[in-house]
Amino acid sequence: MARMKFLCDADRCIECNACVTACKNEHEVPWGVNRRRVVTINDGQPGERSISTACMHCSDAPCMAVCPVDCFYQTDEGVVLHDKDLCIGCGYCFYACPFGAPQYPQAGNFGGRGKMDKCTFCAGGPKEDGSEEEFALYGRNRLAEGKLPLCAEMCSTKSLLAGDADTVSDIYRERVTARGFGGGVWGWNTAYGSDT
Amino acid sequence: MSQQLRSFLAAVGLIAALAAAGYVAVIVGAATVVGDSETGIEESAKSDGWRGVRSGTAGRVSIPDPQAGILIQSEGEIWRSIRNGPVTAAGAWSMFVMLILLAVFYAWRGRILLAGKPTRREVVRFNGIERFAHWMTAASFIVLALSGLNLLYGRYLFIPIVGKEAFAVVTEGGKFLHNFVAFPFMAGLVLMFVLWVRHNVPSRVDLQWLRLGGGLLSDRHHPAAERFNAGQKAIFWIVILGGVSVSLSGVALLLPFAFPIFGKTFVFLNLFGFGLPDMLTPMQEMQLAQVWHSVVSLGLIVVMFAHIYIGTIGMEGAFQAMGSGKVDTAWAEQHHSLWAASAEESVAEDDSVAEDDSVPAAAREGQG
Repeated sequence: MARMKFLCDADRCIECNACVTACKNEHEVPWGVNRRRVVTINDGQPGERSISTACMHCSDAPCMAVCPVDCFYQTDEGVVLHDKDLCIGCGYCFYACPFGAPQYPQAGNFGGRGKMDKCTFCAGGPKEDGSEEEFALYGRNRLAEGKLPLCAEMCSTKSLLAGDADTVSDIYRERVTARGFGGGVWGWNTAYGSDT
Repeated sequence: MSQQLRSFLAAVGLIAALAAAGYVAVIVGAATVVGDSETGIEESAKSDGWRGVRSGTAGRVSIPDPQAGILIQSEGEIWRSIRNGPVTAAGAWSMFVMLILLAVFYAWRGRILLAGKPTRREVVRFNGIERFAHWMTAASFIVLALSGLNLLYGRYLFIPIVGKEAFAVVTEGGKFLHNFVAFPFMAGLVLMFVLWVRHNVPSRVDLQWLRLGGGLLSDRHHPAAERFNAGQKAIFWIVILGGVSVSLSGVALLLPFAFPIFGKTFVFLNLFGFGLPDMLTPMQEMQLAQVWHSVVSLGLIVVMFAHIYIGTIGMEGAFQAMGSGKVDTAWAEQHHSLWAASAEESVAEDDSVAEDDSVPAAAREGQG
């Protein structure tokens, strides 16, 4: 069974935000919710790099560990998903997540958070695969259709890779060998532990 | 008076020091977890920029929320390990140990009974507004405690029994209850403080009371006490200071990222040389608020176990003081001799007990 991972090659990202747009459009994500974002470090200075980031679908996912209602689950392919019918919008997953992935629509009084929303690796949620209900809550289930996440598919420079970890890291390794440099597999240590 | 003031300040100082010790423990715990080194494939990320990213340097992002510029916040892992680790474990242990201690105490000492016969004459101990303040705070505290404990332990205790769906419904209801019931709790705190603070200034009598173990250990000693004995004064200050602390951190959690209090607190504590980090990210503020909120709440819950015990099954006549508000004069003399003297005086003056006026007036005289 494949282990799904994202890999962002920061030496290739040109900060075009196509991944962000593709994600918002594909899943019809509500206003104010950003499942994916592009961050530029050292902006306008030597060593400027951009990184596209979203839920990394961690091996030992902190969100899963702290959820008071235990609404998360991890698929056989390592994708971390959650059940919005169970989510109470407490915000704990956001406090725990290293990557700032969980998003909340504004709802209710005070700082009232609605049901948490995050990147699903285009794998939908616990509803029936491909159903309208699943689309409304979690967005498109491309994995069930045999496709990979749209953000990576759309990436113009193929900076963002998504898919089986072995395949993805092989591609990256080949690139680094060919071009003679590589900034490293960003975020993998945090997401998947030091043995990756 | 200066004696009273000095011991009062000492008590406040002690409680503040304990609170500060809690902060420091959390921070030190945090620092040790942060220290984990970078290994593996990411090690090739050599430049300073990458190291900065790993330790939380923010980049530029086109989203209006500047927090989104932070790529990795490692503090999340620290927060997780503290909340799921020591906080959960120590909370469960301290509640368990307190219940065992109370059970052992009850088995050994039994109910503390009234020595001798009741006189069948009653004095007002707590008037209507005092009882209202107490029960409003007490009822909201119980709702807050149960819904809060459910967030920490419910996943382990109830999901295996009722299933995730039913548990999620109850927990979401608990979240809303927790958010709203917080306000009567805070109002009750303010009211109790205003009503009782002047009766809770520590005095020399309290030292004597403490030296005799408060008469808890045997029937032979019934140390003198004013309207509130040293034990009750301790409860009062724990509730007020703990309650204010839990309220502030609770408001910080209620209004996420809008009510930072820890950076400012640390700046203040650093005046005393604590050397705490005072440049906290909004996320660190939230994490600290959550940990602090649960630690203080668990502490209050444990203390309340003892308070509820002694106010109900632990002592004859204690419950009716806050229930009907009236106590037998014999009880008053045994447990609050200094207060009883002045309370009975005022009863003698005005034979028909005027509910709302007699006791505060009497107590004021007693306090001098």
